[in-house]
Amino acid sequence: MTVRHRVRAVFRHVRWYLRELTGEAEYDRHCERHRGQHPHTPVPTRREYEVLRTRHRETHPQSRCC
Amino acid sequence: MSASAMPDSALPAPEGPPNPPSGSSRMTPRSILLWTTVALAGAVCWGVLALARGEEISAVWLVVAALGSYAIAYRFYSRFVVRRVLKPDDSRATPAERLEDGVDFQPTDRRVLLGHHFAAIAGAGPLVGPVLAAQMGYLPGTLWIVAGVIFAGAVQDMVVLFLSMRRDGKSLGQMAREEIGRAGGAAALIAVFAIMIILLGVLALVVVNALAHSPWGTFSVAMTIPIALFMGFWMHVVRPGRVVETSLIGVALLLLAIVGGSWVQNSSLADTFTLSPTTLVFCLVGYGFVASVLPVWMLLAPRDYLSTFMKIGTIALLAVGVVVAAPVMRADAVSDFASSGTGPVFAGSLFPFLFITIACGALSGFHALVASGTTPKLIQKESQVRMIGYGAMLMESFVAIMALIAAATLEPGLYYAMNAPAGLLGTTAESASQAVAGLGFTITPDQLTQAAKAVEEQTLIARSGGAPTLAVGMSEIFSGVFGGAALKAFWYHFAIMFEALFILTTVDAGTRVGRFMLQDMLGNVWKPIGRVNWKPGIWLCSGIVVAAWGYFLYTGATDPLGGINQLFPLFGIANQLLAAIALTVCTTVLIKSGRLRWAWVTGAPLAWVVAITFTAGWQKIFSDDPRVGFFAQRAKYADGIDAGQVIAPAKSLDDMHTVVTNSTVDGVLIALFLLLVTVVIANAAVVCVRAVRSPVPLPTTETPYVESRIDLPQQATEPLVGARS
Repeated sequence: MTVRHRVRAVFRHVRWYLRELTGEAEYDRHCERHRGQHPHTPVPTRREYEVLRTRHRETHPQSRCC
Repeated sequence: MSASAMPDSALPAPEGPPNPPSGSSRMTPRSILLWTTVALAGAVCWGVLALARGEEISAVWLVVAALGSYAIAYRFYSRFVVRRVLKPDDSRATPAERLEDGVDFQPTDRRVLLGHHFAAIAGAGPLVGPVLAAQMGYLPGTLWIVAGVIFAGAVQDMVVLFLSMRRDGKSLGQMAREEIGRAGGAAALIAVFAIMIILLGVLALVVVNALAHSPWGTFSVAMTIPIALFMGFWMHVVRPGRVVETSLIGVALLLLAIVGGSWVQNSSLADTFTLSPTTLVFCLVGYGFVASVLPVWMLLAPRDYLSTFMKIGTIALLAVGVVVAAPVMRADAVSDFASSGTGPVFAGSLFPFLFITIACGALSGFHALVASGTTPKLIQKESQVRMIGYGAMLMESFVAIMALIAAATLEPGLYYAMNAPAGLLGTTAESASQAVAGLGFTITPDQLTQAAKAVEEQTLIARSGGAPTLAVGMSEIFSGVFGGAALKAFWYHFAIMFEALFILTTVDAGTRVGRFMLQDMLGNVWKPIGRVNWKPGIWLCSGIVVAAWGYFLYTGATDPLGGINQLFPLFGIANQLLAAIALTVCTTVLIKSGRLRWAWVTGAPLAWVVAITFTAGWQKIFSDDPRVGFFAQRAKYADGIDAGQVIAPAKSLDDMHTVVTNSTVDGVLIALFLLLVTVVIANAAVVCVRAVRSPVPLPTTETPYVESRIDLPQQATEPLVGARS
């Protein structure tokens, strides 16, 4: 593996981790799920999904510790 | 649904930590050699710490001693607890798998979940307690942080996580009600709510003390509000869902805000941002209310992301800084205050007060709320509770060790000039220097002025609360590695900002959680108030929660005896009592499920935490020493009022009345907490006795076995239980 490949691999890992940690990747999963369960309705747009996600977060606050 | 529940393209081949071959618990010669080396390294470092007297030793010894102990504890003790006591079964579907809905329940990669969980449990707590406890020397604090986390804190987090996971992610309060009983459950619920209020008040007080009369700090922390609003707008409206890019922009803006603070401090705007503690209290209370009723996307969510990024980044930076700069410990290993109990930062002797001053980092009851909330609903495989529950708590403990190092590497004279109450130190460099000399340490007025100047603060005298001390310590360490003396002021304000950011995130989230708890409780009495979408109900409950913690914040900021000195013990006792409740639930469930033989795993830490909290609580209520006992203090000042005398550090009769009111409230609260926890424990004891006498195990609320379909060959680090070697 060349250095460039290795750097790229590390970068991919970091990006994957950050996207997962922040929940950014949730949309992709949601779409996949949606296609599986409701194959005949269009998947929500990113914007629609974020509205759903925020609405959920509104009523499910998470404790942050000290 | 596919096994890993995430698109393959999104998941790079997991490298993860090296996995030992599963299926065999016998150690290979190589691993025996490795673990012997780790054990020896740790032991040698502990030896150096124990034997070095009268000479300055490097902080690196402390770091290696702690890391070695963590490694051994994780490898051996946590494994023992998991395999013999909890017995997770990876063939059993977790709630994340069974109830997967892509929202609440979602099997999540364990490394990601570790990050989530760590970000949720670690905040300002492990940074503040150890700094205050440094008054007793660095050794007692270090020993408690390391031993406490290994045998109590990490065990509590892991067991609560496991029990909640086996009950579809039920909260601690629900588990207490269902496993212990009605009375215990109700007492637990009220205790959790009351403890949270104290916690928010004390944490907010740390921010107030850090920002008072500091235009640089106030400006940069104030800027986090427009930055968060911008980020919220950006990721909700402009580029929906782009969290990573928005957070990176946010962090960059945050750094700019810190740099900008320096400019503001030297401009005509300085006066605008120079605020008194009382003004800051009202700002924080107002902020807390607004933040808790605004939509989450505007303030709370973006601030949460910022806080997570800063947390992980700064802690990594601090670890590198400590190792590279290798600062020398300047505090005594064990100070005279450890035995005399007359320290100025907090009163009382080492036992029990050290153990309640350092809560987060060693044992924190609040974690039980996190471990029984979101995390258990996201676990992929049962055996992962070890890495996530035990591992994340070890990481938090390491943060506490670094905070202790930052405080103990300061000159003791400076440490006491910053942390003793204002009433003792006076307001000038000369008076502070004299007061410090009276405590048995030296710092010249000139050195004190220079130290403040180096970090570009007006003064460092009586900047109690832990945050400024940690910030000075961090600025010493960081400037030794990055940027030299020129950047000292930047690093100081960076550290202040970083702590304030955590705390404000906790205040936002805590107010919201408190509001939901209150709505839930009041909803039992009057239905409409329990509705989560009814605006007046939301405003009323948010207002009550904010007013409650705001009260403690205000009394803390205006207390003539020093708010931190008065309130921190209350905070510590409250947090540890919550741990007592959590450990009681754990022990009860172990006994009910026929594991009496292993009940000591949570029973021993429970006995310990009960011993420290009840001793501390007893002393706070009944001690004759007015510096320790709240009611003795009340009597002393009440007598003073009757005699028409003003007793220092009070400056007027009004101050005297304030002291009387505050000590009454604090004393009554401690008594109330102790009573609530006694109810929980007594109720649990009855259940335990019944369980032991019963010929068959009592019913528990564990959900029945369902076979898992998730197969994670690369991630199965633990051999399945039952698959004996």
